[in-house]
Amino acid sequence: MNKKLKKSLLLIIAAGLLFALSWLPIPQNLQIGLLLVSYFIVGWEIILKALRNIIRGQVFDENFLMSLATFGAWYLGEYAEAVAVMLFFQVGEFFQKYAVNRSRQSISALMNIRPDYANVLRHNKIIKVSPEDVKVGEIIVVKAGERVPLDGLITKGDSSLDTAALTGESLPRDVTKGDEVLSGCINLSGVIEVKTTKEYGMSTIAKILDLVENASSQKAELENFITRFAKWYTPIVVFLALFIAIIPPMLGFDTFREWSYRAITFLVISCPCALVISIPLSFFGGIGAASKCGVLVKGGNYLEALSKVHTAVFDKTGTLTKGKFVISEIRPQGISKEKLLETAAYIESMSSHPIALAIKAAWNQKFDLSRIDKIEEISGKGITAEFDGKKVAAGNIKMLQDFGVSLPQKVANKTAVYIVIDGKYSGFVAVEDELKNDAPAAISSLKQQGITQTVMLTGDNKHIAAKIGKILRLDKVFAELLPADKLAKLEQLMKQKPTGSTLVFVGDGINDAPSLARSDIGIAMGGIGSDAAIEAADVVIMTDEPYKIVDAIRIARGTVLIARENVIFAIGVKFLVLGLGACGLASIWAAVFADVGVSVIAILNAVRALRLYKK
Amino acid sequence: MKKSYQIEDLDCANCAAKIEDAIRKISGVKDASVSFIGQKLTVETDSDLTEIMSEIKKVVNKIEPDCTIVM
Repeated sequence: MNKKLKKSLLLIIAAGLLFALSWLPIPQNLQIGLLLVSYFIVGWEIILKALRNIIRGQVFDENFLMSLATFGAWYLGEYAEAVAVMLFFQVGEFFQKYAVNRSRQSISALMNIRPDYANVLRHNKIIKVSPEDVKVGEIIVVKAGERVPLDGLITKGDSSLDTAALTGESLPRDVTKGDEVLSGCINLSGVIEVKTTKEYGMSTIAKILDLVENASSQKAELENFITRFAKWYTPIVVFLALFIAIIPPMLGFDTFREWSYRAITFLVISCPCALVISIPLSFFGGIGAASKCGVLVKGGNYLEALSKVHTAVFDKTGTLTKGKFVISEIRPQGISKEKLLETAAYIESMSSHPIALAIKAAWNQKFDLSRIDKIEEISGKGITAEFDGKKVAAGNIKMLQDFGVSLPQKVANKTAVYIVIDGKYSGFVAVEDELKNDAPAAISSLKQQGITQTVMLTGDNKHIAAKIGKILRLDKVFAELLPADKLAKLEQLMKQKPTGSTLVFVGDGINDAPSLARSDIGIAMGGIGSDAAIEAADVVIMTDEPYKIVDAIRIARGTVLIARENVIFAIGVKFLVLGLGACGLASIWAAVFADVGVSVIAILNAVRALRLYKK
Repeated sequence: MKKSYQIEDLDCANCAAKIEDAIRKISGVKDASVSFIGQKLTVETDSDLTEIMSEIKKVVNKIEPDCTIVM
């Protein structure tokens, strides 16, 4: 609690005590004296602000309305009510500020990953500096237990890193020389030296902090609705109060006193603050809950959109699949399996294509580079070389056609490398991209959550796409798409969804920027370390688990529900008391409790959003 | 041009909404957002911000004299 809050709490307690004392059986003069003192303790600041704002031409603010209501109460001789209105108004205000402070703190604790310093190596000495002062290319030293302050590459040492703050992943990650490390991770064991690749402002950690801090500026539709509502609510209620105080007594119904009392009840509930604060507080909590699961949401509006998803569109490679190929089949012809794999590995030895990497990983032996010569790459087709003195070629079907070699078996539904040795077909090595472990669970849970349509877009061939579509039980699969086709398909799907619902596109963010931007909600997966993804997406999933989308939608729906509950509850109670007040059925006491009670309950409900991350 | 500023001592949510509304009405301001929870002002303008900034400060000062924009 900060100083200001402490001060207002003290004032409230002091005034509250005096207020309580006034109920003792004491002479009336003393009673009024106690109430007056109590009133000024809690009220002077509000009256002062009201006066100041009137001078500045700001009439209809809550300070003025509370002052007016309490002056009225004093005038009518309702002394205790006058104090109660001020006292509980202050209690409500205090509670609001306290709740907002608390949730801001819990979010900053959650995002408490800002590195305080960096140990930079300059002139063979380790100097402690602020992370902002480290330049790109400098060497920083990160000891065990310290947080990595800037992104970079390890130049010395091995260690394991706790990446939980970035990814929500609890298993430590082992790193060694040459590996990339991201700022925000905690070094768990050894000392590592890191050559920085980015300035602090461009580092992962700075970007994430920036994103979360700015999330509350992107407002949800419901927030804007409530702001508009508040803008009209106060003047209308005040006008009605004025009307009630003047017209009926002029027409001869009841006394002026009776109607003034009713008008005061109106003024007491004319402040819309509970509503105005509880809605953004709910969304803020929801965004906090999501970031606890490793899902960064760029604003309340996206959380709202996530709660209405009708169609979920996925990119295949890197999103539903691991994006890493493994050997699925080796089918030699005329030579041994080992020999075929060895030949393929040697030919691909210089290539860094994902398929080449898979073949080399499967062979897993040291190359004797004297056995291979004249490696030549034929773009889009394959590689030719001389291996152990024989002319060898490895590549796709197009390459086979170039060599005039026909394929003996039909193996069209595979991603494969075909090998030709001395002009003779010798077999193929087929590779496959593995599905991510949680992909089936993610799709089936989305279905359970009532997402109507799941779609996969891929540039890969039809047979593979259909196979994955069948395993995951996707509703629609579109294959063999060029990047431009993907965008066209997405636009077509956007047109087909019912109005009021949304479409989410999930990609790995590498070349999906247009699709991420075009969809209602663009989700980038494994966004950590990829600047483009963090920029283009509306939601960034920090790990590479597609299941996080299910969590994000669940949190989004929970948040929107809480916000709606608050709107309906707060507006409902206010209207009820306004109605009863107009008929003379609600006392000033009822109005005070309706106003403060609603604030407290709505705020407590809003704070609940922060805990939605628990399953 | 889009920029964010910290606002100190922004005390009530309704005032934040009023400030946001008033800043949006300043000519040259494309969009503005005041977040009570984030205690942050985000303004988007067509032209140079420094000229409009004094106007923004004036508006903020009129609605909530207690709060200050940290530059």
